[in-house]
Amino acid sequence: MRTLSLVDLMAFLEGLQWTLVLVVLSFVFGGLLGLTLALLRTSNVAPIRWMASAFLQLVQGVPLLALLMFFYFGMPVFLGVEVPSLMAVTVAFSIYSGVFLGEIWRGGIQAVKYTQWEAAASLGLSRWEQFVFVIAPQALKISLPATVGFLVQLIKGTSLASVVGFVELTRAGQIASAATFQQLLVYSIIAAIYFAICFPLTQWSRSLEARLNGTG
Amino acid sequence: MALVEIKNVRKSFGALEVLKDVSLTVEEGEIVTIIGRSGSGKSTLLRCINGLEDIQDGEIRVEGQQVHGQMKKLRELRQKVGIVFQAFNLFPHLTVERNITLAPIRTGRVSKADARALAEKVLAQVGLSEKIDAYPEQLSGGQQQRVAIARCLAMSPDLMLFDEVTSALDPELVGEVLKVMEDMASRGMTMILVTHEMAFARDVATKIVFMHQGRVWEEGPPSELFSSPKTPELKSFIGSNH
Repeated sequence: MRTLSLVDLMAFLEGLQWTLVLVVLSFVFGGLLGLTLALLRTSNVAPIRWMASAFLQLVQGVPLLALLMFFYFGMPVFLGVEVPSLMAVTVAFSIYSGVFLGEIWRGGIQAVKYTQWEAAASLGLSRWEQFVFVIAPQALKISLPATVGFLVQLIKGTSLASVVGFVELTRAGQIASAATFQQLLVYSIIAAIYFAICFPLTQWSRSLEARLNGTG
Repeated sequence: MALVEIKNVRKSFGALEVLKDVSLTVEEGEIVTIIGRSGSGKSTLLRCINGLEDIQDGEIRVEGQQVHGQMKKLRELRQKVGIVFQAFNLFPHLTVERNITLAPIRTGRVSKADARALAEKVLAQVGLSEKIDAYPEQLSGGQQQRVAIARCLAMSPDLMLFDEVTSALDPELVGEVLKVMEDMASRGMTMILVTHEMAFARDVATKIVFMHQGRVWEEGPPSELFSSPKTPELKSFIGSNH
């Protein structure tokens, strides 16, 4: 047994790096999936809406931990090859993020008055142009506070990746705690690091919300 | 060939039939005013002309082109048919200039370099040159509606549709919008309006269409229709509007 040292703190920082890598990857891929789901869920074609909705219900009805296990243990089975744990957890977190972002953005899209679609359509713009130039900018503004709020959830949520051995911040903490038996100290530091990242984001989300509500 | 040909159009919202066998022809240069009580189907008819509403039976042709059919054709058609709405429907996140130039740029009518000049030109036509960099929320209702008209004009439409465009305005702002519409009429724009402004209908329109219970009940030049209505329904409608 040894006491907590600078080496452990360096390990935490390294773990934090992987937490951030996972967050960025999940947010990017999840964002793409979310945008797709939001568009499908607001499609004019009913069967497309139903399919997107079914996928969403399925994922939302499964605990994140189960989703993580499913991809970590399932991907080697389905693909027939070992996959790096980063890939497995990225897939799981991307799907998780995609479903939540998709719902947030769908709400944003639907909060834009339908007459905006009509006005844009009446000018001879295609459905895609109507979305990109008229609907999306307004929907994004509406969804921004909730999107940042979800980002905070995602950052904290990535700690679950520790259970499949992916060495992010929480896992780095577990390792140090096992070596030093200074659990309280270790996890206090880990919690402080999460807080230091999430708190400013939460504040930002709040100020966005206040600003957007203020200007209507 | 008439600019707009509406033949035996039927339109239902669920079980409710709002247009019952409507036929109407609009020639180039005509200014047609559709009047009638609320629920008579006049706004719906107007929205059918640029395909915002689909129809269950009959057909509508604009410049010989069928409105309800291919999406791509409809898009091309809409570039030549402007519509102004009761609630303005400007894009709140864009400046007046961008509101006006978005569609002309996207549809290749004007280059980005020439877009501002186009916005200046159409804004001058509605008397709002100084508002080119404003956002819609900074404008009064009357100004917003004039920008909405300018936005249509920027597409150089062959036909303009007006859906109760003064109904949401404070009374003192109605005049400035009607004046812009009169200017357009005097320049020979083909216009179809749904309106409650009877004085405007009488003075500017070349043809009045009175709709009642989803049908074209009576139509003709304003002098005839207003002075000697043939049906008791129109007589009572005119009476209630004086």
